[in-house]
Amino acid sequence: MDTDLSSQDRKDLDKFIKFFALKTVQVIVQARLGEKICTRSSSSPTGSDWFNLAIKDIPEVTHEAKKALAGQLPAVGRSMCVEISLKTSEGDSMELEIWCLEMNEKCDKEIKVSYTVYNRLSLLLKSLLAITRVTPAYRLSRKQGHEYVILYRIYFGEVQLSGLGEGFQTVRVGTVGTPVGTITLSCAYRINLAFMSTRAGEDNGAVYPSVEDSQEVCTTSFSTSPPSQLSSSRLSYQPAALGVGSADTGYPVLFAGGLNAAHPHQLIGPGKEGGVPPIPSQPAHGTQADQERMCTPLDGVHYSAATPSSSEDTETVSNSSEGKCGSPRDLLETIFIRKVGAFVNKPINQVTMANLDIPFAMFAPKNVELEDNDPMVNPPDSPDTESPLQGSLHSEGSSGSSTGNTHDDFVMIDFKPAFSKDDILPMDLGTFYREFQNPPQLSSLSIDIGAQSMAEDLAEGCCRMLAMAVIQTPKTNCTSDVSNLVAS
Amino acid sequence: RTHRPALPGAAPAMNCRAEVLEVSVEGRQVEEAMLAVLHTVLLHRSTGKFHYKKEGTYSIGTVGTQDVDCDFIDFAYVRVSSEELDRALRKAVGEFKDALRNSGSDGMGQISLEFYQKKKSRWPFSDECIPWELWTIKVNVVNLANEQERQICREKVGEKLCEKIINIVEVMNRHEYLPKMPTQSEVDNVFDTSLKDVQPYLYKISYQITDSLGTSVTTTMRRLIKDTLAL
Repeated sequence: MDTDLSSQDRKDLDKFIKFFALKTVQVIVQARLGEKICTRSSSSPTGSDWFNLAIKDIPEVTHEAKKALAGQLPAVGRSMCVEISLKTSEGDSMELEIWCLEMNEKCDKEIKVSYTVYNRLSLLLKSLLAITRVTPAYRLSRKQGHEYVILYRIYFGEVQLSGLGEGFQTVRVGTVGTPVGTITLSCAYRINLAFMSTRAGEDNGAVYPSVEDSQEVCTTSFSTSPPSQLSSSRLSYQPAALGVGSADTGYPVLFAGGLNAAHPHQLIGPGKEGGVPPIPSQPAHGTQADQERMCTPLDGVHYSAATPSSSEDTETVSNSSEGKCGSPRDLLETIFIRKVGAFVNKPINQVTMANLDIPFAMFAPKNVELEDNDPMVNPPDSPDTESPLQGSLHSEGSSGSSTGNTHDDFVMIDFKPAFSKDDILPMDLGTFYREFQNPPQLSSLSIDIGAQSMAEDLAEGCCRMLAMAVIQTPKTNCTSDVSNLVAS
Repeated sequence: RTHRPALPGAAPAMNCRAEVLEVSVEGRQVEEAMLAVLHTVLLHRSTGKFHYKKEGTYSIGTVGTQDVDCDFIDFAYVRVSSEELDRALRKAVGEFKDALRNSGSDGMGQISLEFYQKKKSRWPFSDECIPWELWTIKVNVVNLANEQERQICREKVGEKLCEKIINIVEVMNRHEYLPKMPTQSEVDNVFDTSLKDVQPYLYKISYQITDSLGTSVTTTMRRLIKDTLAL
């Protein structure tokens, strides 16, 4: 019953809810742009900062939000949802999160609209700022750019959580009671990050070029184990598995969608909405014009367009993925070894990746310094330059000559410190730090290998050292997998 | 806002809600972990600067926010954009970290963030400080043997802090007691108005280090009391 609410209060409340919805979308999308957000405090009120918080309004995002709302407000059964998904440059995509702004029937008639409700909405936005940094998609979004991008989609109506895979988790951001209902803000996020390739039937047992010197040992896991075993810590490693397959993906993945479906990669030219420098358009990846919005910073400009959301397409991906979830054949185990010098080995750990094809391997160079050519170590740092790696990527597109060496099955995954951006050094600082902090143990000093003579080590070569290192690794779960590989 | 060790046994007043968080961290992670928690709490407990107008109403300034990346933890958090506030917290956390390090091998302690209201008393009595919310972070410092363990610790502590942030937000969302918005004459009894860009509720930070001596004293006391009662 609204008769208890004065018309002025009702008008105010509607305005608050509307702007709260718009600000909610801004906070969520900005938190997935992949960069650090910073706004200034101002002691003198400007009058335009809703809820006394400095939250920038990206025009594109406001436009999309208003379009989705179409003049309506969240109400019972009509929720505003922001869907965050990940899309690789090959066109595979996966829903990561759904943020839901809902209204339920529980009314608080006593509450003062212009004061208490407003302040509580402000508090809720602060909570949203905090929570958007602690779900797994935040870390993924900070590393986006080369192999994948983060997209957002706003819709209004019924919440659709089916695309999040099995065992998704929910976090409540908060609630605010109002005389017309209780506003609730929550996030449902995917736990199972096993990447679902939409290209079935490809050769799962691809042989990869051997990985030699300056390979790095790392531990990561992108397995299809049950959600309870997965932790968000796995996301600290760059999901190379999701990554780039074809050689022509060495460009910063920003493109305009929608307006011009025939040229999905056409960028907005300068002079429109903020001056984005044009980049050479790249061949399409065979995906439809992207109707989802990119969460990439372009000096605050995001591409326009107005096409309906691709919910059918998303569902297709999800359905095929659900079928593949948990399938053991999706697991691809690889192990890396680092050979840093004679008689020296770093301990290796098991690496598991769920991707069927490791396209990354197609351009993993054989004999060159990997860091120089690794797109993850040297991400393109500005939108207007072609990736310096593109040339080398092309030339490295060998099909992986198999020498019968177990290194054929190795693919490198980079080991980046969280949130680091490497613009300056050819070698990733985190790698360097870890290297000098933890010099590998001389294999001749380890107990198990004591019986071996140094001369024997010299004679053996990489393959043998691999097997030995595995045996002496404390992680026993490595062993069987390695021996499987060695045997194959 | 004095940073001093809390008196042992000092309990919060009645009607003061108390929240306790516990973290286990490596020595070099102490500062970032504490700052992450304290800043998250203060984000929710700070407003823009009040500007009172003649009629007794007031307008509120704008609070900016910024992302902070941790160097030793796989974690990022949001804090209020106020260098003064950040400096104050860093000073307190730095003292806490030093005290922890100098205390001995135990590596256990706690840091408390207390929000209070001032109640003016008449002479000769001094103003009372009445706490209304107390956050205590219990810290256990672990020592790690090698780089591999450190890497795992980076991730684990990052995950733990994510949980703590969610816990903090849950508490904030309960919309429990907050001091009434004050009149102009009362504003300094509720808010810290000394900062130039934001206005947190009045707060004080204190810490306590658990050392082996303290523990043993407590144990002895307990036994004495038990023995006395048994007679």
